[in-house]
Amino acid sequence: MTVMEQRGAYRPSPPPAWQPRTDPAPLLPDAEPYRVLGTEAAAKADPELLRRLYGQLVLGRRYNTQATALTKQGRLAVYPSSTGQEACEVAAALALEDRDWLFPSYRDTLAAVARGVDPVQALTLLRGDWHTGYDPYEHRVAPLSTPLATQLPHAVGLAHAARLKGDDVVALAMVGDGGTSEGDFHEALNFAAVWQAPVVFLVQNNGFAISVPLAKQTAAPSLAHKAVGYGMPGRLVDGNDAAAVHEVLTDAVRHARAGGGPTLIEAVTYRIDAHTNADDATRYRGDAEVETWRAHDPVRLLERELTGRGLLDEDAVAAVREDAEAMAARLRERMNQDPALDPMDLFAHVYAEPTGQLREQQELLRAELAAEAEEGAAR
Amino acid sequence: MTTVALKPATMAQALTRALRDALAADPSVHVMGEDVGTLGGVFRVTDGLAKEFGEDRCTDTPLAEAGILGTAVGMAMYGLRPVVEMQFDAFAYPAFEQLASHVAKMRNRTRGKMPLPITVRIPYGGGIGGVEHHSDSSEAYYMATPGLHVVTPATVADAYGLLRAAIASDDPVVFLEPKRLYWSKDSWNPDDPPAVEPIGRAVVRRTGRSATLITYGPSVPVCLEAAEAARAEGWDLEVVDLRSLVPFDDETVCASVRRTGRAVVVHESNGFGGPGGEIAARITERCFHHLEAPVLRVAGFDVPYPPPMLERHHLPGVDRILDAVARLQWEAES
Repeated sequence: MTVMEQRGAYRPSPPPAWQPRTDPAPLLPDAEPYRVLGTEAAAKADPELLRRLYGQLVLGRRYNTQATALTKQGRLAVYPSSTGQEACEVAAALALEDRDWLFPSYRDTLAAVARGVDPVQALTLLRGDWHTGYDPYEHRVAPLSTPLATQLPHAVGLAHAARLKGDDVVALAMVGDGGTSEGDFHEALNFAAVWQAPVVFLVQNNGFAISVPLAKQTAAPSLAHKAVGYGMPGRLVDGNDAAAVHEVLTDAVRHARAGGGPTLIEAVTYRIDAHTNADDATRYRGDAEVETWRAHDPVRLLERELTGRGLLDEDAVAAVREDAEAMAARLRERMNQDPALDPMDLFAHVYAEPTGQLREQQELLRAELAAEAEEGAAR
Repeated sequence: MTTVALKPATMAQALTRALRDALAADPSVHVMGEDVGTLGGVFRVTDGLAKEFGEDRCTDTPLAEAGILGTAVGMAMYGLRPVVEMQFDAFAYPAFEQLASHVAKMRNRTRGKMPLPITVRIPYGGGIGGVEHHSDSSEAYYMATPGLHVVTPATVADAYGLLRAAIASDDPVVFLEPKRLYWSKDSWNPDDPPAVEPIGRAVVRRTGRSATLITYGPSVPVCLEAAEAARAEGWDLEVVDLRSLVPFDDETVCASVRRTGRAVVVHESNGFGGPGGEIAARITERCFHHLEAPVLRVAGFDVPYPPPMLERHHLPGVDRILDAVARLQWEAES
């Protein structure tokens, strides 16, 4: 008799029941980026909305070129331009209701401006006179986030808190393709899905994380496919097609507001300018590639659609451009004023009440400033 | 005369009571972390809270510290008052970017428009026989990050009072709970928990005339024991419990050192780059002419935290403290 037989025969039983927790099929993104402009879907788009998007795109492009020019004049320390990505920036702002929240990355100054943030206050970070120049509560725009993807869990937490309080607020969080490699991207998506938080994640896949192309960033079929692993839908959209981005975002926002949980959207676009004015893009990409994307320019795509369908005449185009020039002139004029700086502000907002050591350091700086002023007067 | 019914309570129970009272007093308070709900936390500090206040107020989160603190930031932006539990000192490191780049800076970044009233509870320190990554003294990292308050209780009453104060604070507070004092006991009246202590005030735990031991958290009982033992050597030691590393109470520390003329800083954290260096420098800058001897430090060695069977050699104990006291240049007195 074997030991097993002595103890009683081992009776195999079927393993504990297993079944997939979510059907992955409906979460999968389309094989091709969703497009509206130049397709049959364009006929169904609201002409008013298209004209509004167009006006914002032209303003946005002009804002980008003006801000880039201001870096060359030394008025901005740095400007990460969203030229070529204006469709995403503008659609993000327009897809939200007033009570919703936007969580921009450092490249999304334009989205903040399109949502109503004062154009000069939006540039405070990049001018360098403070970090965040606007009150985040005024237009419900979180501070531009320089660390990558760290703003995504903030969006999840805010949306979750709003739901706990019974408010139907949606948070839209913006991130780039490089940011999807960060741990905070993963953690934010996971928390959002587990909590079914009303959040929309918009990834602008602009091809490069500074110099590193997407192929070195991920082996995923697409960035939108990452959604499936978290149990949320992934959507793939042409990021230069303003009508398509707006539609996909609006759907996802509506879905989140109705309690359907988060969505991950990958908008395929291209960063026409270098990473910032301090970057040299010729070191990592060829002119031919840039030209291909210039031909798929978001402003021209929408302009062609509108003029082709008789929804925009030359006068209207001229009027929009005039508005953009006026905006740029005002921006130039305001940015050419030196910002008012008070060095004592360094200590003003570290804590609700300054600590003893901060009070001592405050006195030190105050004395230094007084000595400087005296020296200046003597000279 | 009314009799007050005093009952024994542990530090862990006092912390639970503080969380419960805070949850009951303010609907914006939310407790969140790993295992804090159904289980009541690995140290049972959140015991019963999910049952009493519901899982929306005491939430088991996914296992991801950056995500826990990052979502707490968003919740605080929307007006909630999150109390986050990091399960162990060394498990809090993934959340460091959120802590350093956002929690500590948001008030400053937004010119005061977006303060973040977040409490981050972190069990810390050694002495419980924990295996690797369960016994770090990480306070120096947090102290070196402007924008954070760093608080640590050493008594049952302070555990209650300081945690209530931390949760009520409009600034972010890193609340370091000395693991090995979780089961320390004291008597208190459960119908009338101790008053809320203001953050930033040190306290003299034992008065003495010969020298001052400056310490906090898990090393406070060790210093009190050392002070008792020192009587046999003829030293009458004063013991200052800092309670708050940031803000730092220069006033209480300097008043004591000016009285005694000698000081030893005692903590578990590594000596090099640790809190003791900052404290010794502050004393020297402010009380130089009152000092009879250099300020000495008794700290953990500058080694990665040892395995449990060796930790007693690493942790500052009574003998090492008394040896330091003996080196405070007493010969000048005779």
